[in-house]
Order: sequence, then C-alpha cells, then structure tokens
Amino acid sequence: MVRAARAALDPGGPGSEITLRDVSHRFDLDGAPLPVLDHIDLHVARGEFVALLGPSGCGKSTLLRLVAGLEKPSSGEIFADGAPIAGPHPSRVVVFQDPTLFPWRHVFDNVALGLEAQGLLKSRRGRVDQTLRLVGLDNFAKAFPHQLSGGMSQRVALARALVNDPAVLILDEPLGKLDSLTRMTMQGEIVNLWRRAGFTVLLVTHDIEEALLMATRLIVLSDRPAMVKADIRVDKPYPRHRGDPDLVSRRREILGLLGLEASW
Amino acid sequence: MTSVSPATERLSSQAAERQPAQDDAGRAGAPARGWVSDSVLSVLAGSSWLLFAFITLHWPDLNDWGRGSEFSHAAILFGAALILAAGLGAVSERGAARLRRSTPWLLALGLFFSLWQAATAKFGLLPQPFFPPPHAILEVFLDDYPKLVESVIASIKLELFGFSLGACAGFVVGVLLGWSRGFGYWAHPIMRFIGPLPSIAWLPIAFFAFPSSWSASIFLIALTTGFPVAVLTWSGVASVNSAYYDVARTLGASPAFLVFKVAIPAALPQVFVGLFMGLGASFAVLVTAEMMGVKAGLGFYLQWAQGWASYANMYAALIVMSVMCSSMITLLFKARDRVLSYKKAEVQW
Ligand SMILES: Nc1ncnc2c1ncn2[C@@H]1O[C@H](COP(=O)(O)OP(=O)(O)O)[C@@H](O)[C@H]1O
Ligand SMILES: [Mg+2]
Repeated sequence: MVRAARAALDPGGPGSEITLRDVSHRFDLDGAPLPVLDHIDLHVARGEFVALLGPSGCGKSTLLRLVAGLEKPSSGEIFADGAPIAGPHPSRVVVFQDPTLFPWRHVFDNVALGLEAQGLLKSRRGRVDQTLRLVGLDNFAKAFPHQLSGGMSQRVALARALVNDPAVLILDEPLGKLDSLTRMTMQGEIVNLWRRAGFTVLLVTHDIEEALLMATRLIVLSDRPAMVKADIRVDKPYPRHRGDPDLVSRRREILGLLGLEASW
Repeated sequence: MTSVSPATERLSSQAAERQPAQDDAGRAGAPARGWVSDSVLSVLAGSSWLLFAFITLHWPDLNDWGRGSEFSHAAILFGAALILAAGLGAVSERGAARLRRSTPWLLALGLFFSLWQAATAKFGLLPQPFFPPPHAILEVFLDDYPKLVESVIASIKLELFGFSLGACAGFVVGVLLGWSRGFGYWAHPIMRFIGPLPSIAWLPIAFFAFPSSWSASIFLIALTTGFPVAVLTWSGVASVNSAYYDVARTLGASPAFLVFKVAIPAALPQVFVGLFMGLGASFAVLVTAEMMGVKAGLGFYLQWAQGWASYANMYAALIVMSVMCSSMITLLFKARDRVLSYKKAEVQW
C-alpha cells in the first residue's frame, strides 16, 4: 500500500526489484504432477527491462503469473522490493496476449477499471484521460471494445495497466497477435513508455528480434520444466535498429540456445 | 504516439458500413416496390375494407349479432383513408414509407375479415356458436370492456408480482450457485430434484397450503420463472472467462468487485435468456392458476365466459391476453436492449 501510494504520487519513480529464490512450480495434470518451473533463481533490478524467451509450453506464462501473485509457487519464494509476494497487487499489472477488455464497458471504463477497483476513480479521473491520450485513443473513450481493431484493443489493455502507475509491468506476449506493422509501432511505444516512467518490465515473447530490440536483458529458458539456460545483457542504446550486425549475431546465438541453429 | 488517424478512419468506416445493415437486421421489411405499385396496393387494401363493410351491411345476418353497423362504418372510414393515402407519396415521403410497410398486411387483413364475415354471419359455414363473426367480438369489447379491463389489470398484477419475485430469487440463487461451492453443495441437488417438476403439479397443494389462492399463484409463477433464471444465471456466472478475473485481480479488485463488476455483468446475456424462458413459461401458469382458483384475471374471465357459452367473450379475452403477453415480451426485449446496449442487436421482436 505504501509503495502504491508512493508510485501514485511519483509516476516517474523507479520500479520494483523482483527476486525469485529457488522457485519451482508444478501443476496437477489428471492426477500426475506436471513440473513446469525447476529451481529458478532470478534477480531483476529496479527499472530493468527483462525479456523471457523459451520454447512454447515451457512455463513462461506460469512464471509471470507467479510474479503477478495470481498463483503461489509450489516451492521457493518470490519477493518484490524484499517483501514476499502474497497475492495480486495493482503495483504489478499484467497485459496478456488477449486484450481481455470487458465488452460491456466503454474504453474509458475499461481503462478506469483498476482505479475503480481501488476506490481511487473519483479523485483520479483525469489520470484516465491522460493515459488514453498517452496511447493515442482519447477519441475513443466512449467506444465499446467491439468497435476497436486488434492493435487499438491492445493499446487499451496497455493503458488499463499504465493508469495504475505500476512498479512492475508484466507483459505476456502482448504483441503476439498483432499484424507486423502495428507490432513494430507498439514495440517502440512500449520502450518509450518504459524509458519515461522507469518501471520494471518483464516481457515474455516468442520473437527473438523483439526481445533484442526492446530489452536490456534476455533470459533464455529451457524446455519444460523451465530452467534458466542463459542470461544475456543487451547494453545497446535506444532506438535500436533491426539490421544492427551485433543484434543479428546475438539473434543467431540465441537461436542456437533454443536448438534452432540448423534452421538459420 | 502516432497512428491515431488511420485508426479513426477505420472505426468510422466500420460504423458507416454497419448502419444500413442494422436497420434491416431481424425485422423483415416489406419488399421494395415502385411508387405506382405502392399506390395500387394502398387502393387495394382500402377496397378490401370497403368490401368487408359492404358484406356486413348489405347481406342479412343469419342470426342476431350486434354492432355490425358500427364496425362497417369504421371499416368504411378506414378503407377510404387507405385509398386517399395512395396519393400520400406526393405529400409526405416518410409517411408513405411507413404506410408502405403495412399495406400488404392491411390488404390481407381486409380480405381475412371479409372471408370471416361471410363464412360466419352470412353463410354459417363455420359451426355456430363456436365461431362468432367479427362484429360479435367487437360487441364484447364495446359492451363488456369494464370487466375486460379489470381482468387484464388483475392478470398483469399477478404476473408482475410473481415474475419479479421469481426473477430476483432465481438470479440470486444462480449467482450463489455459480460463486459459492458451499451453497452449490446444498442447493444443486434441491434444484435438480424440484426444478424440472412442472409448477402446475404444485397447484392443488399450493392452493391448500397458502392463505389465499392469490398468494399461491404468486408462488407458482415465481417458481416457474425462478428455475430457468437460476439455471441460466448460474451457467452464465460459471462460464465467465477466467482471464477477466485475472485482469481484475491484478488491478486490485476485491471479491465483491469480482462478483458485482465482473461475474454479473459478464453473465447478464445468459440471465436474459433465462428471463425470456421464465416469462414464457409463467404465462401458462398464470392462466391456469386464474382458471383453477383465482377469482380474477383473464383466465378467470375465459372460464366464466365458457360457463355462459359466450364464445365471443372468449375470443375477446384471448385477443386481450395475446396483446398483454406480447407486450410483456416486448418490454423485456426493450430492457435487454438497454442493459446489453454494448452488444449489437440480434433479433428484433
Ligand atoms: N492451470 C494449469 N493447469 C495445468 N497445467 C497447466 C496450467 N497452466 C499451464 N499448464 C501447463 O504448464 C505448462 C506451461 O504453461 P505456460 O506457462 O502457459 O507455457 P508458456 O511458456 O507457453 O507460456 C504447459 O504444459 C501447460 O499445459
Ligand atoms: Mg504463454
């Protein structure tokens, strides 16, 4: 609560640091345990932009859900700024691959959802308008979700997260279903938002190029159960360019880590 | 951030495309015709009503039924108006368009009334007294309207009380079933045991157990309405996409917020399906209860008319009943369209 209040007062303030200590997780699949995460140790510094890469079904989304507090790990501990994560909190918001906008709410009311749930809407209506402007949808405040294109919907979902001034922005393949042009635009937009606000970002993507263009650090996960296979720093200034030879060679390196060098 | 304007264009062009389609959606419009054939059709429709008046006035009735002349005079006025309206297209474009929608029906009705009149009052082709001529039914409306009005008010009161009670109870039970395991443990078996039972089967016991047949009928109508509402609400709440809950929870939603701002709004389309089913089923119970014990309402009126073998009164009551039920369904559709205005309208009632 204290941190949320601070973040609320200081939207440009720093993000949280996230620590996973020996985190394992398994699901129950028809009575048999399905191990998904295997002894993950990870420290994400304040304001870092971490991209998680890994084969499909390895447990990336599960990891994000644990950090969001939507589920508890089977073993191990997760901390945000040193405090154990006990449940979901509006300082750590998630944007999913599907925008999951509430179809019965106007765009404005969708964006206002978090403030309304926390009882802050009365005092902070202006913040909603401001965030809609930020994602370029202020003209659509009164539209219903079914009237929006895929990219616009995902922008609304992003605004719905940002309006809470999160300390950690958790992105689960948020651009995965968008056409490539919208995708490229939004990659740049998210990076700009992050650079301006300074929150911590955890991004799951299946697109290595996207990870290299956006993140300061790439975590490559193994097949299920996921272990950290590689931890790669990308200290390149922004804006980055797709054709950058260094990024191209790193891309090849990561494809190798994912067992796909033959396809290159 | 950029790329606002292409998005704007996209939305407005979508909206523009949607507009005409929505106008036609659901409601079957009369086929488009030329101006001349519109006028001809209007004249024909008018003539069919004049024909009806002619048959009624200039052909002696086989029997003594009142109000034939009043009906004919009204038909003459109506028919003449329709013939005059053939030229309406020159005066009012919109009025003509509205009329055009109804002329085929007005023509068919005029012919139907003429045939009916001929087959009953004039030739006695249909067995009497089971098929009274149209002016005999008009006579009921004109002479017996105080009783009809009183009956329809009684019916509406009973129906509204029972339906509202059942809808509220069914809704609450449905939400609880969808939300609480503990409640489901106890309520689910009871629902499965009692729900499928036709409410009418309770009637003898209910009339005996309740202080009045009126309160018993309220109970029966509520029961009939409540069951489908509960089941559909329950399935609506249970099938809410869990991603909605995840989103709301990460944004700081309390359990109450999840119920009232996520589960219930998401389930509302299903709730309305239940309300429609419940309303339809409750009409049957309403009429039965009125026939069996409640000494008021249209069902009672029907019963009473049967006792006197006054078939014209029964047809009049049926017409009133049909208008009443249809209006209630219309009202429910209106309510649904308001509440679910975020959806595109599907069927127009
Ligand atoms: N709620 C669940 N119950 C059972 N198994 C699950 C559940 N959620 C995910 N899984 C399984 O866990 C594995 C990892 O899922 P996920 O984290 O979604 O993978 P991804 O890396 O593609 O995001 C998958 O095999 C999936 O089938
Ligand atoms: Mg996933």
